[in-house]
Amino acid sequence: MSRNQDTRRDGLEGPPPEERQRPVGRRNGQGIRVDPEVEADHEPRRTTISAYVADEPGVLASVSGLFHRRQFNIESLTVGPTQNDGYSRITLVVEEPDPGIDQAKKQLRKLLPVVHVRELDADPVACELVILKIDGDEPDKVQAITEMYNGETLDAGPETITVQITGDEGKIDDALDAYAQFGIREIARTGQAALARGATETARVDETHT
Amino acid sequence: MSGEPKEARADADTETAPTEVETGADAVVRALENAGVEHLFGVQGGAIMPVYDALYDGAMSHVTMAHEQGAAHAADAYGVVSGEPGVCMATSGPGATNLVTGLADANMDSDPVVALTGQVPTDFVGSDAFQETDTVGVTGPITKANFFADDADAVGGDVGTAVALAEAGRQGPTLVDLPKDVTNGAAAEAPGEPQTPSTYRPPETADPEAVAEATDVLAAADRPVILAGGGVVKAEACEELRSFATDHEIPVITTMPAIGAFPEDHELSLEWAGMHGTGYANMAITMTDCMLAVGTRFDDRLTGGVETFAPDAEIIHVDIDPAEISKNVEADYPLLGDAAAVFEQIAAAMPRSPSADAWREQCRAWKEEYPMDYAAPEDDPVKPQYVVEAFDDATPDDTVVTSGVGQHQMWASQYWTFTEPRTWVSSHGLGTMGYGLPAAIGARIAADDDRSVVCFDGDGSFLMTCQELSVAVREDLDLTVVVLNNAAVGMVRQWQDAFFEERHVASEYPWVPEFDTLAEAFGARGFRIESYEEVESVVAEALAYDGPSVVDVHIDPEENVYPMVPSGGDNGRFALSEDQL
Repeated sequence: MSRNQDTRRDGLEGPPPEERQRPVGRRNGQGIRVDPEVEADHEPRRTTISAYVADEPGVLASVSGLFHRRQFNIESLTVGPTQNDGYSRITLVVEEPDPGIDQAKKQLRKLLPVVHVRELDADPVACELVILKIDGDEPDKVQAITEMYNGETLDAGPETITVQITGDEGKIDDALDAYAQFGIREIARTGQAALARGATETARVDETHT
Repeated sequence: MSGEPKEARADADTETAPTEVETGADAVVRALENAGVEHLFGVQGGAIMPVYDALYDGAMSHVTMAHEQGAAHAADAYGVVSGEPGVCMATSGPGATNLVTGLADANMDSDPVVALTGQVPTDFVGSDAFQETDTVGVTGPITKANFFADDADAVGGDVGTAVALAEAGRQGPTLVDLPKDVTNGAAAEAPGEPQTPSTYRPPETADPEAVAEATDVLAAADRPVILAGGGVVKAEACEELRSFATDHEIPVITTMPAIGAFPEDHELSLEWAGMHGTGYANMAITMTDCMLAVGTRFDDRLTGGVETFAPDAEIIHVDIDPAEISKNVEADYPLLGDAAAVFEQIAAAMPRSPSADAWREQCRAWKEEYPMDYAAPEDDPVKPQYVVEAFDDATPDDTVVTSGVGQHQMWASQYWTFTEPRTWVSSHGLGTMGYGLPAAIGARIAADDDRSVVCFDGDGSFLMTCQELSVAVREDLDLTVVVLNNAAVGMVRQWQDAFFEERHVASEYPWVPEFDTLAEAFGARGFRIESYEEVESVVAEALAYDGPSVVDVHIDPEENVYPMVPSGGDNGRFALSEDQL
């Protein structure tokens, strides 16, 4: 039965907003129910996500585009081949609150070339490489620091010395601090590559994807 | 297209069709046929010509659209109404970029669409050749998956994969970019049955222990609701929804894409919630203590501010896409799987019905407290809601309603009583003005001949794609376009009234075409309504006309859409009029 057959009406009626029942609870900005008295947004944390991907054209663009358009905060991204032909490993260091890390993993998993995604435990086997070009005024002192950090001199000349250091992020940060006194001209840093520690698999992969 | 399509079809039926293909383009067409595709929507052009040529002897029908955006929307609506992927075609460059809006629309609403785009020959890719665009790059963020076909031997498989992916798991648009040398090139063998890639593994049924926990919570709830999202329709789970809700007498709210998933005239229906949803749905969604949310992505137009969204509710979230779990609203009980399968699991595991007599009584009371209604003075101009109801009254329940985006869309969805799934076809997530008419064309092709197709449009929305009327006339499609004409981009003007101190910038049209005369110029029938006394007869005449017609309805230009929850607002504090915003 249509309202068309009704007679005159005045439009929408009902109690105004301030006279309506109210729920007692509240959620935070991430949609999580919280104590209404407490502000409880999650703090960002830094973590390493490893993705095992089919080595197809555009896969890196897909991954970086995904992180960009969903505003995931990415600290570093490395990519390289694995022991299996046609498959690469992408290692991402991200800094996000827990819901963001969870979303990043799930969205990554939806990309077709991505075979496996996992977040590595808090203490993965992780390493990165930095190449630094330093003023060559004090070669002996530079050499001493390079040895201290188990680095290697790649190039030395009258004006500059170029060294490489490998290690985890903290070690590299420390080395950079130590070299700073000589005057660092340029830095090239790779970002982190990582594997799960011990016998834990970094990626669970069946025969179809090896 | 083909001179003798019926003969070709008969050929295929008797399995005497050749198993070999000669070119990549043949393989593309064969892959579509293998996937059961019957209709294509597209626009010709240089780089896609080999694929069109391969259609010449085939059985598939092709609707030539006026603009590629129309092709994408028509394919989208075809997918919504039929449940099968809609396929659109375009050439490279501008053809492909014109599809972009339609693909983004399908992506937001998880509609099954396959786009085939021509591309410059592989040797020219990267050289800024004539009509070259990085189509795969452009459409990457707005498709479920896309493929650059670089091998004539594999292109049929790529197309099959695209069709299979569009309809598998969480549905969505896929695209295959087809360089001209690949479609012209020799193909070694015919493609096989369409298959999804090995990395694509959508969940099927939920973990039984999780189902048991969730059903215990639901059974213990005092104020339960079911929030049915578009995934319920996509998964063909409407029967399961209906029997579960009625068996346990749980009130049902839908999202906009799920309109029709549960009959709106059922006593358990609270219709749809969100920005312009019913007051009773928004009260129930705010006060519930347990929400069974199925196949919804908790869009901001539904939730309002998440801080005040169902804040007392334990949320059981059923979805086929793990990434939707706790994306916008935390799920207390996530259940991953196909909506129909999980509904069956839930139904089997439900220990008892919730004791919710008082809650159902409360929901009934809200329906009486906040009836959907509009002021209906006896004097003209005509209220748009009245026109929506007049068309609803004059058409059968299985009528397909499409819409553009704006005020008319809200009036159509508020005042039409939908009782069947796949009868409401609109642009939800993307909010694409101009969706309605090309969607009506796709819906008309998908729907059985004895059903009616009505498109509600606004004057602004209609003007964005009205060239597609030429297609409706050329193809002799029986559909009725109802332009709720207020000579304004009404929703923008409503927001300017509410939030911009009535400063009407670029929202009012000092002049609009006579849409009835425009329709006649296209070769369609044109009608006009300027007063209440014309409504009944014009509605009847327009619906009776066997072909495309346009009804230009001069509505009350002052009418606005209420109830309304302002953007980011509290659903429970929906405004009944502007002074409550």
